[in-house]
Amino acid sequence: MTYQEKKSIVSLIAAVFIFGAFCLYMYPLYPAGEAESGEALRYWGSFVLYLAVFSIVAHLAIGIAFNIVFRITTGEKEPSFADELDRLIDLKAFRNSFFIFILGFLLAMGSLVIDRPLQVMFMILIGSGFVSEVTGSLTRLYHYRRGV
Amino acid sequence: MGKHVVGNHIRKLRFNRDEMTQQQLADRVGVTRQTIVALEKGNYSPSLELAFRIAHAFRLPLEEVFYYGEEQGGDKG
Repeated sequence: MTYQEKKSIVSLIAAVFIFGAFCLYMYPLYPAGEAESGEALRYWGSFVLYLAVFSIVAHLAIGIAFNIVFRITTGEKEPSFADELDRLIDLKAFRNSFFIFILGFLLAMGSLVIDRPLQVMFMILIGSGFVSEVTGSLTRLYHYRRGV
Repeated sequence: MGKHVVGNHIRKLRFNRDEMTQQQLADRVGVTRQTIVALEKGNYSPSLELAFRIAHAFRLPLEEVFYYGEEQGGDKG
């Protein structure tokens, strides 16, 4: 298995682990009481912000750890540049990922239109962010294994 | 009518050039080894520029490295 394939798999596992761990951490902190109170809105705002920061830091740490383990186990250095195949696969992954996120965004707005509670909108938005990240990793893995 | 694809003889040409490794060819043409693997397996059709760079690395005309024909998978020779 090549470096890019292994990296896509690690990225996929990392995305699931980070999102799962963060949700488990945040779930007990949900404020009791009115679902659309100021406290609940503050909770969802901090959920999105902290998830973004936590996700970036965790992805960086996992990426560095992966490169170290890759070098030790294979004796190879990771590619230092992205060539035309990498760029093409990145573009396809970004397209699919973006499509899923926009779909989730529209669904989230739709939930407001049909008078669903505000928390449903946040859940759809956050969920679509997660699914779009997973879609990006899966697209990369698929194209590195099956070709473009 | 079968699907037409861009195939290549890269693997055979590498073997005939003192068994040049995929990494050596990748370094010469400025791509990663993964891309040479994908080309040899028939999983990727290169850009025109990369195709010319590969032909140049073997000092052969483009049509002796790449061909356009019915889909059969990558060149295994």
